[in-house]
Amino acid sequence: MNDAFDIRSSSELHIEVHKFHTGAILATLVLALFIQAFLPIYFPQVAILDLPLLITIYFGLSRRNPSTGLLLGMAIGLVQDSLSGPTVPLGLYGIAKTVIGYLASSIGARLDTEHPAARFALTVLFFGLHQGIIVLTRRILLAQPEPWFNLHLAIGAGVNAIVAVFLFMLLDRLRKPS
Amino acid sequence: MVGIPSRHKSLVLLAGVIVLQVLLLAVQIKRDSQGRLIRVWTVGAVSPFQRAGVYGVGHIRDTWHHYFALQNTSRENEQLRHENGELKMQIAQLQSKAAEADRLAMLLNFRKSHEDVPMIGARVIGASAGTASQTIDLDRGERDGVRKNMGVITPDGVVGKVVEAYQGTSQVLLLTDKDSGVGAMMADSRIQGPVGGTGEPLLSMKYVANDDIVNIGQRVVTSGMDRIFPRDLPVGTVAEIKPGNPFKLIRVRPAANLERLEEVIVLLTLRPLELKKEPEPANPQSSGAQSPAATAADSAPAVKP
Repeated sequence: MNDAFDIRSSSELHIEVHKFHTGAILATLVLALFIQAFLPIYFPQVAILDLPLLITIYFGLSRRNPSTGLLLGMAIGLVQDSLSGPTVPLGLYGIAKTVIGYLASSIGARLDTEHPAARFALTVLFFGLHQGIIVLTRRILLAQPEPWFNLHLAIGAGVNAIVAVFLFMLLDRLRKPS
Repeated sequence: MVGIPSRHKSLVLLAGVIVLQVLLLAVQIKRDSQGRLIRVWTVGAVSPFQRAGVYGVGHIRDTWHHYFALQNTSRENEQLRHENGELKMQIAQLQSKAAEADRLAMLLNFRKSHEDVPMIGARVIGASAGTASQTIDLDRGERDGVRKNMGVITPDGVVGKVVEAYQGTSQVLLLTDKDSGVGAMMADSRIQGPVGGTGEPLLSMKYVANDDIVNIGQRVVTSGMDRIFPRDLPVGTVAEIKPGNPFKLIRVRPAANLERLEEVIVLLTLRPLELKKEPEPANPQSSGAQSPAATAADSAPAVKP
């Protein structure tokens, strides 16, 4: 088969699977969850950020392995569930972040997601999808009405995407040199 | 047996993991349990870091305020700022004199009439890890006498209710959470209606009939009917009123600054607080208005199950 017509193989040649220093992923996760539960005490506006989601997206896009991506997403989501109080059942964030981890890894394996514009757009997309899954879970499984969309969520998507661009640049430094 | 193609393995894993979590959700709903053991482990692992963070931030802030910030400020600037602050304080004191007197009288009254109610101060060491709930973590737990369903207040007003008490920490569901609620009434007219969270900064007062007269700026206080919070604690002020069917749509701005809580008071009692006998208010129009709200407020739990 002529390689010139094999789009998939030619594009995949340029996509690198990034590896990280030992303990970097775990340390980043713990730090993100800690900041998420700590900073809003002093800066209430920070509550609009979903750092665990951004971390799930980043490591999904970088590791590019759907299995590890979804397991990482599930772990982060379940920890977030258990830190969110008994009104949030275990599995609410877990399901949403499992799907996001899987999709981020799958997209990361097919597209070059290193450009800040791509990262911005993907974060907006994943934020919306994450919210959609949470609303769907609440409506269908928990019978709790929740709005699909409001201004606060739109602002949240934008803010998270902007933070993601800079956060991802910072996290790029944790990568092992190829 | 036909093996799963490697490219589909992750998809199968995804389906399996989601199904497992859906089952986990179903179990929690069916058994009405919230995976307490997992939460105890997680909170136990995180709370030492939260405590350290709070004390660390407090230490840094004190150092900054008492040394670095002063070092870089000129004496003249400091003097002007000081005078300006004094003037502002005087103006603020004059303006809020009446309100402050009311509030202090209320607190004094509360303390006097509930001297037997044990209370404990607690420091906020954490907040909800996501936007799906509005909770805070306190540095007091079961070993300090804190138990599930205890009321939490500040001198400004009602904060929420303890929803989980661990050994050294506890979680409080804020009044702004969608699952939260408190028996309340208008301070002047005594019109009753449960006030609940909406997930947004403003609260919602329910079951107030369209015929009842409610004005923007009116104070809302606890009715004591939920048997968790004593009567006449500030809940908030009416911020928006819209006619609805069949009840008014009333939004209430919380009295306590729920977005910036650093210290709170936990009411260390699970028995219903005794209510004082108070003279009937002079305004007969609304005092007698035992709207459907009254009935609802009477039975309104502080937090919906």
